[in-house]
Amino acid sequence: MRTDLKIIEQWIKPGSHVLDLGCGDGTLLDYLQREKQATGFGLEINQDHITTCIGRGVSVIEQNLDTQGLGNFEDHTFDTVLMTQALQAVRRPDMVLDEMLRAGREGIVTFPNFAYWKLRWYLMRRGRMPESETLPYKWYNTPNIHLCTFKDFEALCYRKGFRILNRTVVDGEHQDRWLSRLWPNMLGQIAIYRITREDS
Amino acid sequence: MPDPLPTDSVGIVTPQTLHFETPITLACNRTLESYDLVIETYGELNADASNAVLICHALSGHHHAAGYHSKDDRKPGWWDSCIGPGKPIDTNRFFVVSLNNLGGCHGSTGPSSTNPETGQPYGPDFPVITVRDWVHSQALLADRLGIECWAAVVGGSLGGMQALQWSLDYPDRLRHAVVIASTPRLSAQNIAFNEVARQAITSDREFHQGRYYEYNTLPRRGLMLARMVGHITYLSDASMGEKFGRELRDQAYKFGYDAEFQVESYLRYQGERFSESFDANTYLLMTKALDYFDPAYEHDNDLAKALRGAHCEFLVLSFSTDWRFTPARSEELVNAMISARCKVSYAEIDAPWGHDAFLIPTPRYTAIFEAYMDRVAREAGV
Repeated sequence: MRTDLKIIEQWIKPGSHVLDLGCGDGTLLDYLQREKQATGFGLEINQDHITTCIGRGVSVIEQNLDTQGLGNFEDHTFDTVLMTQALQAVRRPDMVLDEMLRAGREGIVTFPNFAYWKLRWYLMRRGRMPESETLPYKWYNTPNIHLCTFKDFEALCYRKGFRILNRTVVDGEHQDRWLSRLWPNMLGQIAIYRITREDS
Repeated sequence: MPDPLPTDSVGIVTPQTLHFETPITLACNRTLESYDLVIETYGELNADASNAVLICHALSGHHHAAGYHSKDDRKPGWWDSCIGPGKPIDTNRFFVVSLNNLGGCHGSTGPSSTNPETGQPYGPDFPVITVRDWVHSQALLADRLGIECWAAVVGGSLGGMQALQWSLDYPDRLRHAVVIASTPRLSAQNIAFNEVARQAITSDREFHQGRYYEYNTLPRRGLMLARMVGHITYLSDASMGEKFGRELRDQAYKFGYDAEFQVESYLRYQGERFSESFDANTYLLMTKALDYFDPAYEHDNDLAKALRGAHCEFLVLSFSTDWRFTPARSEELVNAMISARCKVSYAEIDAPWGHDAFLIPTPRYTAIFEAYMDRVAREAGV
């Protein structure tokens, strides 16, 4: 399993009720169901992924976050709402985060760091929109319409009153390196945040 | 029947009639002292009876879901596209049971059957049957066949309502419910269309208050109109446009009131054929069963509350152009299931054929159905 998923797995209590936004082929939910006796749903719009989820016994709902939101999930239905590598692709990340922490008690979010030094260097040297292994798109066809840096994300959390319970920074191979821990916003490629509302 | 027979066909099948002597009490508080159910089965029941799948039919359906009755049959059963060796409901793995529901007109006891008390056909004296009654009778059928727990109960449209009702009334007697192109209750518009159909039938002079059998006639005109209006709701604007457009039977307008557009003659033909082969009282009964279906009604109109007793897993599928039971109606059901913490998967299939799309295999529909039923089979150990 991908290292980021292994890190996330540690934050899920056994028997949790989990919602996975953009659950892909259901790898994580399948693992959580088997190893943590978790229950819950994945939301997905990719047709092949939906079929794969259904075949492996992961409950999946075809639902588009951008157009349908999470309004069909009641408040505090889930122990954890997950979103791996999708925050930067939604139309309103701030509203999605609000919704995540309404439907669930905790949220776990992973996203690429646009302040990673290689991206800074790419932009500075070439003066063009950075492309990398984690962001392998042109500016005009990228699904990543709301890229941000770790600092940006934390500023948003502060503004919204979210409490950051954990933060782990990994590289493109999802490895936890000491260098990226030293100076995350410069040296970290992908961050995994565990957040909650301050009052909860 | 095509020659040679396709390898994914169940081939020639023979219906059987099962007689039930124990009285069944219905939702309307009336009792049927005895009754027949006509069924077809495909595939083999395994030793621990874990591989049985029940197929529930829709409004005008019946027990003949797959295969052919004889070599001369032009068309196979109504869901042959999904039932057979290697098809989503794989008869190499599953034992498939398909029945004609009570109140039907294809051999099971219904309005056209003889009322033992009078020696005449029941006609309007046949009790109104509900989805719940059907599921009750299907449970008695399962007892008779030695099936304690269905691997899955599967149905489209009105059939999907039966699958849903199964999950509520017999939660421990099915492991999966597949609810396709269905709804948790009819809307006012749905009921309105049914009422037009009923009015068409009952206002036909040949209807004779439902006793047309005794007058040796049929309310053909009324049933034809009912079918025509129903048929329109099964198709989409786009699929009718594609099939007929504004095409004329002849070259020019005739400035009269005969069937000039192709769509008119198609509807007339379909309606006429249906009116010869389907019983008008059964049509009334089926539309009423549709109207009454509302499992939330007994739970303060809270569908999630109704679903809290369900233990099975669900697959819910809708079709993008279905305006009879729109994707929104399926989503209403799915949301109640989510709220009740049921295990449910949902997909909206892009298909141009309206409500009828559930009968037509498309790559995505087939892939999802196959993936789900494959898991059902694996769980059943086949």
